[in-house]
Amino acid sequence: MLKEIKVLSDHGWQSIKDLRNQPVSSIFRGRPVISDDITENEVIRVSDLCPSGAISGDSGGIDLGRCVFCRECEFCLPGKIRFTNDYRIATSSMEALVIKPGSDIRVRFDSSLVRSEVRKLFKGALKLRQVSAGGDNSCEMELAASGNVNFDLGRYGIEFTASPRHADGIVITGPITENMAKALQMTYDAVPAPKIIILAGTDAISGGIFKESPAVNRQFLDRRHIDLYVPGNPIHPLTFINGIMDLLGIKP
Amino acid sequence: MNNSYSETENNSLPLDIKDIPVLRYPDFFDQVTLLLKNPANHCVNYYAAATTGAVKYFCCIADDIDKKIRILAHESDNNEQILMSLTPECPSMHIFEREIFENFGVEFRDHPWLKPVRYPQNRPDRSRVMDNYPFYEIESEELHEVGVGPVHAGVIEPGHFRFICNGEKVLHLEIQLGYQHRGIERLFQDLNSSLQRCILSESIAGDSSVAHGLAHSQLIESLAGPDVGETLQIERCIGLELERIAVHIGDTAALCGDVAYQLGQVTCEALRTVVINTMQFWCGNRFGKGLIRPGGTNYPLNDTIAEEILKNLDNIGRRFDRITSMIYSLPSVLARFEDIGTVTKQQALSTGAVGMTARTCGVLRDIRSTHPFQYYKYYPVSPAILDAGDVLARGKIRSLEVRESIRIVHDLIDQWRRTNREIGKPVYDYNLRPDSYAVSLIEGWRGEICHSAATDASGKIMHYKVKDPSLHNWMALALAVRDQEISDFPVCNKSFNLSYCGNDL
Repeated sequence: MLKEIKVLSDHGWQSIKDLRNQPVSSIFRGRPVISDDITENEVIRVSDLCPSGAISGDSGGIDLGRCVFCRECEFCLPGKIRFTNDYRIATSSMEALVIKPGSDIRVRFDSSLVRSEVRKLFKGALKLRQVSAGGDNSCEMELAASGNVNFDLGRYGIEFTASPRHADGIVITGPITENMAKALQMTYDAVPAPKIIILAGTDAISGGIFKESPAVNRQFLDRRHIDLYVPGNPIHPLTFINGIMDLLGIKP
Repeated sequence: MNNSYSETENNSLPLDIKDIPVLRYPDFFDQVTLLLKNPANHCVNYYAAATTGAVKYFCCIADDIDKKIRILAHESDNNEQILMSLTPECPSMHIFEREIFENFGVEFRDHPWLKPVRYPQNRPDRSRVMDNYPFYEIESEELHEVGVGPVHAGVIEPGHFRFICNGEKVLHLEIQLGYQHRGIERLFQDLNSSLQRCILSESIAGDSSVAHGLAHSQLIESLAGPDVGETLQIERCIGLELERIAVHIGDTAALCGDVAYQLGQVTCEALRTVVINTMQFWCGNRFGKGLIRPGGTNYPLNDTIAEEILKNLDNIGRRFDRITSMIYSLPSVLARFEDIGTVTKQQALSTGAVGMTARTCGVLRDIRSTHPFQYYKYYPVSPAILDAGDVLARGKIRSLEVRESIRIVHDLIDQWRRTNREIGKPVYDYNLRPDSYAVSLIEGWRGEICHSAATDASGKIMHYKVKDPSLHNWMALALAVRDQEISDFPVCNKSFNLSYCGNDL
């Protein structure tokens, strides 16, 4: 018994109190900032360098839905591109994922895009079914970590269910492989309506490094409303949690 | 010098592909069987690759005594569709032959179960689909089948498990994989930029980003020759050990969770968080993505980071020791772990098991010690070996390895302080040596990883092969649950913690 008490006292209070403002390592790769004096030539250089086609050769903007967060563009153009440790980058629209040169403000979450029933029905409790469709197990582990003793997503009544029948939506990870396409569809169909779709990780949002692979089949996403985009490689639990809080309108 | 094969070593110069003798299949068969009869040898990779108008077979056999890797080759024109199977003589070859069968339609005569491995996108036989996998069946009124997956109850990757049960007891388990197939090997050939290939290597299995990233960079360095100094070698080993520590602690948490020992679970979860946050403190990513690059690194270690690593590991080591001594002495935990999911030494050898699965059956499989790479060449590692082969052994070996890895990191940081600390930036504009063949072996936390590649006359990658340790160990899991209660499957599965995406590629 004494041993257990010692373990517990060493363990202490693990749960992060303020999930909105938890400090993370200064070199964590979150929202990038692109200097507005980036030249056309520089844009072409980093756009050619970018392994996942996230940097537009025209505008110089970085699309977080495509970015694999390797930071090589910053290493190539230090002073012009800088990745901040702002992890609050999950949002409700593809457009908001594009960071334009000169912009150094938080990724905008457009609440008007949230379907009214989502907040009405799920604000108090949201059960999610996770489907890994070619994910490399890093996003999956970070999703699982969102519910652990540190991040404790359960405090808001949000958790992952064992069955899609008990869920209010699905969280997709991975670029969506051809071999998983049918199972993903069946899982989605098994979730009772109304239901939400969350894309977790760059692979899920755009296909990431796999987007040209013939083994990937992203038809499932055609003409479907995506409720939340969570960029990252892998996603940080705090990115996911803050995204869900924004989606549901949870005030800390 | 033997004229049947070429010899190389891990983490060394590449071979001239033209120097690798190409054998007729009967000679290839005899040589492979002869080599594998020697218990010091095991096959680290065997596969076929398409060349113009032909299919070329490469078999890489590692000798744990003299540390050589022997490469045997055979070539066949596209008409040669029936070959004698090596599996009856050398059972561990079963999975490699299945893969060649699936990729090229080659029938291996006398192979016990020529079944698909992962349903790759470019398979010749498109009539084989995920839905018609030929499961083993037993006709009986007393038996029933239980199908689980591909989507599982937890937040994990997809795979299908088909049990044949007698009451609550498992008679047979067959595991069907392939859901995660992303076409990795093909992408290694097709992607143009070397940076893309780095990112790809880190995505083979995200829980082993450092290990697979290193296997790739080491292979590129072998083929292209950017020299890697002592400092970088040490730092890479530290990264690899941090990855091992983090996952082992996380696995311990998961094992406790499965048997409802909450104190063990939450304590280990919190400890793992500290380790991966330390990784993030070093390179900005909790899984070490971005840390490993060919020829250099963007994230050299410095004194502040080294201090942070040591401080955190000391704290974690002490607390992890305390909790594991409790976990592994608690009767309610032991009752669920001991004599559950046992793999015998014979089974480990015949399935070609690697990593902890082998080391808990008294089989020394640890590339750090048998085919050392990077700084392990100068820093001998003595792996922990247990012999019970059950869930308890696979749990306990993790606590032994965490302790050992913390000690190794201490030593490595001591060594690192003595180096000149000169590390270059990553090298992306390398030229691969033309007409060459190279093999790269890494001991990740899960076991032996093998990357190999061949280049053509212009130095372009002709084929790139990845072998994750899971390719061997899934069969060990299937054997482990025989005669067990089906309710023990989750804890057995966790004790192996195999990779779906690493298998499916």
